[in-house]
Amino acid sequence: MNSAIAVKQKWQSLRFGKTELQALSKAVLIPIAGLLIFLGIWHLGAQQVDTSLGQFPGPAEVHEQWNNLLAEHTAENDREAAFYERQQARNEKKLAANPDAEVRWREFNRRPTFFDQITTSLVTVMTGFLLATAIAIPVGICIGLSNTVYRALNPIIQIFKPVSPLAWLPLVTMVVSAVYVSDDPMLAKSFITSVVTVTLCCLWPTMINTAVGVASLNQDLQNVSRVLRLGWFTHVKTIVLPSAIPMMFTGLRLSLGIAWMVLIAAEMLAQNPGLGKFVWDEFQNGSSNSLGRICVAVLMIGFIGFLLDRALLLLQSWVNWDKTAVVR
Amino acid sequence: MHNIHLELSQVGISFPTPKGPFCALQDVNLKIKQGEFVSLIGHSGCGKSTVLNIVAGLYQATTGGVILKGREVTEPGPERAVVFQNHSLLPWLSAYQNIELAVKRVFGRQKSRAEMRDWIEHNLQLVQMGHAMHKKPDEISGGMKQRVGIARALAMEPQVLLMDEPFGALDALTRAHLQDSLMDIQADLGNTVIMITHDVDEAVLLSDRIVMMSNGPAATIGEILDVDLPRPRDRLALADNVDYNHYRSAVLRFLYEKQKKVEPIGSKRDAPSTRKADAHHAA
Ligand SMILES: Nc1ncnc2c1ncn2[C@@H]1O[C@H](COP(=O)(O)OP(=O)(O)OP(=O)(O)O)[C@@H](O)[C@H]1O
Ligand SMILES: [Mg+2]
Repeated sequence: MNSAIAVKQKWQSLRFGKTELQALSKAVLIPIAGLLIFLGIWHLGAQQVDTSLGQFPGPAEVHEQWNNLLAEHTAENDREAAFYERQQARNEKKLAANPDAEVRWREFNRRPTFFDQITTSLVTVMTGFLLATAIAIPVGICIGLSNTVYRALNPIIQIFKPVSPLAWLPLVTMVVSAVYVSDDPMLAKSFITSVVTVTLCCLWPTMINTAVGVASLNQDLQNVSRVLRLGWFTHVKTIVLPSAIPMMFTGLRLSLGIAWMVLIAAEMLAQNPGLGKFVWDEFQNGSSNSLGRICVAVLMIGFIGFLLDRALLLLQSWVNWDKTAVVR
Repeated sequence: MHNIHLELSQVGISFPTPKGPFCALQDVNLKIKQGEFVSLIGHSGCGKSTVLNIVAGLYQATTGGVILKGREVTEPGPERAVVFQNHSLLPWLSAYQNIELAVKRVFGRQKSRAEMRDWIEHNLQLVQMGHAMHKKPDEISGGMKQRVGIARALAMEPQVLLMDEPFGALDALTRAHLQDSLMDIQADLGNTVIMITHDVDEAVLLSDRIVMMSNGPAATIGEILDVDLPRPRDRLALADNVDYNHYRSAVLRFLYEKQKKVEPIGSKRDAPSTRKADAHHAA
């Protein structure tokens, strides 16, 4: 009797172990297998392609270039630290000899490394995206609430939505250089141009999705609001906004994806600092390492895009009232 | 008690549809006294919710109008609180916050913060929801949601309480329990109540008058039954009461003999017999 129970328990624990294994393989092993197959195909495929800059880089060469880029970054950091140390020492010596001496402090002229370009791109994309969000959400709410506003703005949105960043760029560049004139500019012109281009391109998904979310407000909840005679502001804050949040985030995620893609293209074309310029410079450079370095940049761009999307998902699950909602 | 509190006079409504206007209600006349409990009963789709929505001000009558305390009703307002057919709680607010939204709107200027909190909690206790007041609608059962919906309406201290099948989606036990609490609360507060129901027993048990509606289109009031049973009413004692059973059969007779409903499902299953029923109905 006892042994029968023991056998049964053992059997159950075994079965449990099996399902656990299955879950593990689904979550970890299968994605890893996919990745390995991809690397294999890449490795074999790269050997078949001979370019004017040498053989197309495989995973190993790209990894090597990644290490190079890291090393360059560290070297540049060291150079900067050394420069400021020397300057400090020189000036202290001068002051010690003569307290009234005029000392000069100069900025280190840093050559932007790969990682500096990443930072620049991230700052630019976030600025453009936040600016777009700040415009798109209020406008989207107004469109969703009022049929009149919708009819007035719809043609404009439909026409500007499909415009590619490449078409905006020359116009934006000219307008920025004409309008943004100051002797001591706080922000570089190229930065403003990139930001405005990004904003113009990623405005639309958030605006449209917010409008749809607001307009599809449940009739019953609208009736609750009418019976309570809620004021406009309370109505928007307590009823419209929470119910539009899922749609709003769908739009925001689309917008951020577009913003990131547009930014790289804009930087490449306009020679604005950032990852796009890095890729372009390497392409112009045409050394035997260039293709490997561009591959690193491509993977990095993809990885950052993925991280940005995840960050927004995290924000969504934090803001959303429906904690049971599956966000993916 | 004898003054007319709420009056529907010659109320009619037609909805615009792609096939032209659809006349849902016609010539609905009803006078309701202060503190009276009136039930609306009728077949599905006859226009009960439409009547309620017109009284609530959510729909505008095409002809005639509704007069509350001598003033015509033109828009929705918190003095005519509605308990919706599907509770309609805001899913992102807890039970407490849902009621708070209503209470702040109605008593925001008169009550202090502490008074409001007491009042909200008092109303939640009234429907026995004190233990779960900080739960979101997704985290409580259907009956509990409906109770919160009722508490929200009661907390507004409305002149008229409008209820659209408030217990329709509940199991028999919960329903009986809520019916009893509703009777107690109404006896205490003396609200005027209009309640839509499909349940004949519920109508007889709760109402002072039962308004029976004819089938649409162009539905109107078919008969009105005065329920003259002493209060407080006890469902067990009434089960054997002769008057109670008399009222019950009067309503049943109206629904199943005079306003026999042609079921669309039956027409699909066996068309010939339905055609016969149609002829019978027309006759
Ligand atoms: N907004 C509307 N537009 C067009 N027709 C409508 C509208 N609202 C209701 N109707 C029609 O009016 C009639 C009455 O509808 P109503 O919802 O009042 O029925 P009901 O008696 O409440 O039914 P139930 O008991 O099933 O809730 C129906 O035939 C319906 O199709
Ligand atoms: Mg209805």
